[in-house]
Amino acid sequence: MSNFDWGIIAKSWGFLAEGMALSALLVLVATVGGLILGFGLALMRLSQNRLIAVPAAAYVTVMRTLPLVLVLFWFYFLIPLAIGRPIGSLMSALIAFVMFEAAFYCEIIRAGINNVRPGQTEAGLASGLRRFQVMRHIVMPQALRAMTPLVLNQIVIVFQDTSLVYVVALHDFLTNASIIAARDGRPTEMYTLVAVVYLIICLSSTKALDYWRKGRAA
Amino acid sequence: MNYRWNWSILLQEPYTEWLWSGLQLTVAISLASWVVALSIGVVAGVMRSLPGGALRAVAGVYIDVFRNVPPLVQLFLWYFVFPEIVPESVGLWIKRDLPYPEFVTAVVAIGLFAGSRVAEQVRAGIEQVGSHLLPAALATGLRPMQAYRLILVPLGLRAIVGPLTSEFLVTVKMSSLSLTIGILELTAQSRHVENYTFQGFEAFTVATVGYLVIGLCVTGLMRLIDDRVGGAALRKASS
Repeated sequence: MSNFDWGIIAKSWGFLAEGMALSALLVLVATVGGLILGFGLALMRLSQNRLIAVPAAAYVTVMRTLPLVLVLFWFYFLIPLAIGRPIGSLMSALIAFVMFEAAFYCEIIRAGINNVRPGQTEAGLASGLRRFQVMRHIVMPQALRAMTPLVLNQIVIVFQDTSLVYVVALHDFLTNASIIAARDGRPTEMYTLVAVVYLIICLSSTKALDYWRKGRAA
Repeated sequence: MNYRWNWSILLQEPYTEWLWSGLQLTVAISLASWVVALSIGVVAGVMRSLPGGALRAVAGVYIDVFRNVPPLVQLFLWYFVFPEIVPESVGLWIKRDLPYPEFVTAVVAIGLFAGSRVAEQVRAGIEQVGSHLLPAALATGLRPMQAYRLILVPLGLRAIVGPLTSEFLVTVKMSSLSLTIGILELTAQSRHVENYTFQGFEAFTVATVGYLVIGLCVTGLMRLIDDRVGGAALRKASS
């Protein structure tokens, strides 16, 4: 341990911060895009019409069975083909993340909506509200309350997932650290630093979330 | 879209061979990692369910640390950092004499990550059956150790066969991370075929179908175990 060179971290601080900014952008886009698309998928899955429900269910099941690495490769390959011109790896990674995380957010949202007892929907419809109004004023407020902790927890998982953009050579926090590790021959310092930073961010988030959840339940 | 389909590429050598060996490696890494995850997970989960003391705290630290560092970072720690920080002789042995070093490293890293998730399930299972059965077991005169060994652990494990299915699937997905340290498993081989032939559709479809088939096998196997000895069997017996 004595020949640890911590000066390397101070020297490469700016480059690492740039990486962390990209990781944050990925989390933001994956979460916002994933929630919107996931909400659409959840409504499709809850539809009475099997032609709508079955494709959505199939999409979610397939996405949840595939490794994120393979999904990243799929979109990296597919998107330039679909739009007919090359596109940066950032764009294809952002799209892959939205498409992948949407499947997970869909299941959280669906569970939240299913959590509201069907009697409430029936009572709303019986009182003369339209389906959309029942959803908007009765089901969603309660569903949101049930799903919020799970969504927040998923954001921490998405943050961990973003490290996988390493495989398409996007310069996120881990990738930038690995570049310095290779360039300066300092893997021990760099990977230890990366692990500690992820640990502090993720652990404090999950602990804060647990604390808040317990306070809310009481 | 301008794409030249050529599914026959999949039947040409060496591409068939590449994809097949990738599938075999994915299965091998997944199974080996799952064995590690189950062993560590059961031990840590039981420790975590104890009423207090050092063992509970140690398991708590293990679970917190391994669940809150991204698995890819953990893999890099085991691969790049671990041989450097252990005593020199051990580090040299890892670098020179350890057979299949990448494979072993991947299995250790993925197994320990998945183990921390399994441990949470085991703890939940034991707490679920323990709240009713522990007082009853102690009242019949069993010592706490016996109550754990004979009642809480066996029944707790049987209750969580269902939830463990998703942890097994997570382990299979995590096996793809091993491509970053040079293991040519299924995802890596499909990329490999794409790079050589530009037939990405065909190659990635094979990988996708491969993961779906593995997923179906895992789900089927776990459901069978659940029906025979797991939570489903317990519910049947009690109703």
